[in-house]
Amino acid sequence: MSESTTAAAEVSLSTPPELARVPLVQNQRSIGWITDKVSKIVEERTPRWWWVAFLICSPVALMGLLCIGYQISNGVGIWGENKTVGWAWDITNFVFWIGIGHAGTLISAILFLTRQKWRTSINRAAEAMTLFAVVCAGIFPGIHVGRVWMAWFLAPVPNMQGIWPNFRSPLLWDVFAVSTYFIVSVLFWYTGLVPDLASLRDRAKGRVARFIYGVFALGWRGSNRQWRHYEMAYLLLAGLSTPLVLSVHSVVSFDFATSILPGWHTTIFPPYFVAGAIFGGFAMVLTIMLPARLLYPQVDDLITRQHVDKMAKIILLTGSIVGYAYLTELFIAWYGANPYEKFTFFNARLGLEGKGWYAWSYYVMMFCNVISPQLFWIKSMRTNYVAVFTVCMFVNVGMWFERFVIIVTSLAQDFLPSSWRHYSPSWVEVLTFVGTFGIFLSLFLLFMRFLPMIAMSEVKIVTPEADPHHTPHGPGAVANH
Amino acid sequence: MAEYRKVYGLGAEFDSAASLMSAAETVRDKKFTHWDVHTPFPVHGMDGAMGLGKSWLSAPVLIGGATGTLIAALLTFVPSWGIYPMIVNGKPFDWRVLPAFFPIFFELTILFAAFSTVFSLLIMNQLPKWYHPVFNWDQFKKATDDGFFMVIEARDPNFSESRTREFLESIGGKNVTLIHD
Repeated sequence: MSESTTAAAEVSLSTPPELARVPLVQNQRSIGWITDKVSKIVEERTPRWWWVAFLICSPVALMGLLCIGYQISNGVGIWGENKTVGWAWDITNFVFWIGIGHAGTLISAILFLTRQKWRTSINRAAEAMTLFAVVCAGIFPGIHVGRVWMAWFLAPVPNMQGIWPNFRSPLLWDVFAVSTYFIVSVLFWYTGLVPDLASLRDRAKGRVARFIYGVFALGWRGSNRQWRHYEMAYLLLAGLSTPLVLSVHSVVSFDFATSILPGWHTTIFPPYFVAGAIFGGFAMVLTIMLPARLLYPQVDDLITRQHVDKMAKIILLTGSIVGYAYLTELFIAWYGANPYEKFTFFNARLGLEGKGWYAWSYYVMMFCNVISPQLFWIKSMRTNYVAVFTVCMFVNVGMWFERFVIIVTSLAQDFLPSSWRHYSPSWVEVLTFVGTFGIFLSLFLLFMRFLPMIAMSEVKIVTPEADPHHTPHGPGAVANH
Repeated sequence: MAEYRKVYGLGAEFDSAASLMSAAETVRDKKFTHWDVHTPFPVHGMDGAMGLGKSWLSAPVLIGGATGTLIAALLTFVPSWGIYPMIVNGKPFDWRVLPAFFPIFFELTILFAAFSTVFSLLIMNQLPKWYHPVFNWDQFKKATDDGFFMVIEARDPNFSESRTREFLESIGGKNVTLIHD
């Protein structure tokens, strides 16, 4: 009896190698190494590829801004929209970008609350990406109002005319949801940045850099009396952001779901949109993190194959949820026996009887969002960067087409065949959309250049050194606590 | 010049989070009151080792969130039910419209709670504070890199330059340095 107890104790003490966890930071890097490698990205001379990338992206961004200016000065008539198709590329682009903006807060808030420690090396860049995506998203409804100088009417401010907005309108909920999301994401991001800005301040060689990082580091000293409140604040912000991130795309989906248009008027929209947003957001995170990792090989030990593998699994999960939602919509269209809804799904979208003008876009969406991520069932595909990047590009395209399908197929062919209208985008719409990619990438390049791309103080927590029971002499020394 | 300036306290460097934590437990047990440890990341369990309780930052956040809900209620109901009733699609505009206002309630609750979190954090940590005596200590730059530090302030009743120095060395502190204001 006593022998078997001893044997059991021995088994529990030594973990067999196949069950041991893969360390999050590879090659047993020290915490000093982490500070050094991550800060070097900001401190070293601007690499040549950065200038090349920036000189490509920033003119594209400028072109986008010029198109926005051209649209504002000429009115929405220069877009390809018409009566019946009153929402088209602009709202498609809005929903596309706001969806992408969900991954960052998901990684930093929901994965924090669920104690997914692997989030630490990717959360900073993903949050930055979130902010830039929301900036791009905000442009479209802003200019879609047409008379931009009247946009302040959306804000509930007392005014001379005594007019108040309609708080029952989902479009106004959207204003509140998106602006709250942006502000809270900025606060969360900045709170996370403060200790790392202090690291950059303390390492800075030049006076200007030390002054600027010093101002934004707010005099952070890393004292435990500060960390105590800091950790509570971080937890609370994560707790507040978690329902927020789920609410934003739900509210965006209400823009559609509360209308009576076939194809929009469905109760499945909030969860379906949220899953799609996480799906598209993770794909965009990988789309920009994989090249960044290639260009900065020194962070290979921090952003490992394990991270890519886990993100690919989330893409597979959310992609399958999205696929399930597509099939549910089709089932309900058949089962609900509403002739208009049935027409929208089976004829306008699936293209039965050759009546779907935009049926091709439905199949593009299906292939990109549902079929392509199924590749991630295979482990070797999840850790193959070329395969992951290719699938992510498909997902980016597919998620844009998802919004195009929802908006344009429903509007172009609605109740009365006499009011059906074809829609095609004008050059202004196309170039504005391309321009937002320029804005997004330019902002991200600036972020990579001037701010720590990886949350140093958070990655340090997941190293063995950070464990207060860790001693350099090995795990046997744990006993003194 | 430094010797003419007021003494702020004594600082010591430690090898690791583990040694800093056991030192902190000793300092706590010796009933020091004005002291702190500085680490590049939050050390798990250090609050207990320093004898600090749970942060009470959640209290102002609760108040902030409740304020947000209240403001949202006023913002939506005062125009809708009071000064600017609007009939859209024949739907009600009085108290019965409450469910349609929930998204606004929710968003403003989160917004106000998030602002309260950040502002309470700044106030409770006394930030921004761009000047602090510990920055005069050359080694302190490592506190945001890979150094583990402890500082006992001169205003602590148990503080004595010679005895506290010996004490810090006895609990494993290295490079014990006098920090001037």
